[in-house]
Amino acid sequence: MSVDTILSFEEAMEKYDPVLGFEVHVELNTKTKMFSSAPNVFGDEPNSNVNEVCLGLPGVLPVVNKKAVESSILIGLALNCKIAEHCTFARKQYFYPDTPKNFQTSQYEDPICYDGWIDIELEDGTVFRVEIERAHMEEDAGKLTHMGGATGRIQGADFSLVDYNRSGVPLVEIVTKPIEGAGSRAPELAKAYVAAIREIVKNLGVSDAKMERGNVRCDANVSLRPYGQEKFGTRTETKNVNSLRAVENAVKFEIQRHAAVLDSGVLITQETRHWHEDTKSTTSGRPKSDADDYRYFPEPDLVPIVTSAAWVEELRATLPEPPAERRKRLQADWGYSDLEFRDVVNAGLMDQIEETVAAGATAAAARKWWMGEIARRAKLADVDPAELGVTPAVVVEIEKLIAAGSINDKLARKVLDGVLEGEGTPAEVVAKRGLAVVSDDGALQTAIDEALAAQPDVADKIRGGKVQAVGAIVGGVMKVTRGQADAARVRELILKTLGVEG
Amino acid sequence: MAAINRDDVAHLAQLAHIEMNDEELDRMATELAVIVDSVKSVSEAAGADVPATSHPIPLTNVMREDVVGHVLTVEEALSGAPDAADGRFKVPAILEES
Repeated sequence: MSVDTILSFEEAMEKYDPVLGFEVHVELNTKTKMFSSAPNVFGDEPNSNVNEVCLGLPGVLPVVNKKAVESSILIGLALNCKIAEHCTFARKQYFYPDTPKNFQTSQYEDPICYDGWIDIELEDGTVFRVEIERAHMEEDAGKLTHMGGATGRIQGADFSLVDYNRSGVPLVEIVTKPIEGAGSRAPELAKAYVAAIREIVKNLGVSDAKMERGNVRCDANVSLRPYGQEKFGTRTETKNVNSLRAVENAVKFEIQRHAAVLDSGVLITQETRHWHEDTKSTTSGRPKSDADDYRYFPEPDLVPIVTSAAWVEELRATLPEPPAERRKRLQADWGYSDLEFRDVVNAGLMDQIEETVAAGATAAAARKWWMGEIARRAKLADVDPAELGVTPAVVVEIEKLIAAGSINDKLARKVLDGVLEGEGTPAEVVAKRGLAVVSDDGALQTAIDEALAAQPDVADKIRGGKVQAVGAIVGGVMKVTRGQADAARVRELILKTLGVEG
Repeated sequence: MAAINRDDVAHLAQLAHIEMNDEELDRMATELAVIVDSVKSVSEAAGADVPATSHPIPLTNVMREDVVGHVLTVEEALSGAPDAADGRFKVPAILEES
């Protein structure tokens, strides 16, 4: 495999103006498939979620999943699209074993959603408006595993095994208009765009939106033109770039590769490219013409979809608050800095903190526990903090126990351990493990007297007015009580014993 | 004059994975040309105010609720396959990707 020459990104940017375009496929999380009542479930035994329709057997009749149509309309509305009053399905013909019918049922001339837009905010606050050309309904293909030859790679494969569980899973393909003017922000914009689509479909509840499972898949189109030229350069389409980081890297690589090709006086070949995560580069796929001849024609087995204004408005009324607006509102409500808030978002803990605050904790306390002890334990357990098993109610109860003086921060961490080990609610863990702070002044006084007797010089210092020296005595008392004393109360009692004003 | 010629037929045959010899291509080009001309007369009859027909039956919104129904067992699913392995359909490696 020849290694492509590339230009540095900076040099490429000095010479050329990039134009981007994205096709993002979103798998819907309906219970059944787009055109059959077979289950739409990820990860099951191969070919166990199929029926005659998914296998494309002769004589079968597809029937449209109403929920999938509604999910598609919701995506369109969230992307500020117009919803077609009348649209049809079409057959896209191609021969490949991932599609047993030899055609994919899709939409062609009249997508259900069209002419939308979405504002993408980059990390520094710059906003780019991305225009949406269309969002149409179609079905996913089966999954091929290439056997023999190089592991899993199609090159040198002897044969392929096909699992049709994914065949017929509802897809919405979101296509942008050409994105101009991104300049050197192009790779960053690419990543932010796909992240925004993923967030929107997750927020709508219409997709599980897990890129690692292929719920959201991106094909990235890149072309370059000299600055000042209106006409677009020849584009390449990098397929199946399936993580946010990969989207950013693939766009950056293609810009650098195109620039080197153009600099050498050669024309870009219009083709698909394959992204390789291991080498962080793309390789040539197959040549592609603008008019790939899929011989689309109206699907004779499916009748048109007609959307009434009442139906669309009914769906519009169910739209949740857009993710970008929700983030702005929550950050303002909680008073977190940009950095603190970004960390919360990246940790996937926005929902948990929102619920914790709603249940009565302060925003500061919610962040302290979720981003601190809980995130730390999650990292050790190698799970997402939200999936560790701590609920917002647990955090709120721990905070209440601290506020009431029943436990201190150090004991609270042990309470958390107990909760995670299934010992019950925080209050139950406190009772079972005997974690309550020593609040009996008599017992504390004995410990204080002993600590003062053990360090007479420190006691003298305090008597002499060096109040800050009290820390050493507090430490001694905490050690004797194995941390189960209220440090503030201990300090009070020490000063009282020595007759010093705190 | 017919809008379809022998090269068009050869191209379509290739797209549809149909093997045709020279004689078949010649004959089909003539026959399809007649059909294309016939269809053209329909276009002449329909004015600009007549929308294209996408479906012959005047029905819309034939949809089902999102409820799991009939599913085949893995054995049933594979029963018509020429070859299978590991519960999956076994097919020749095809290098030309979709």
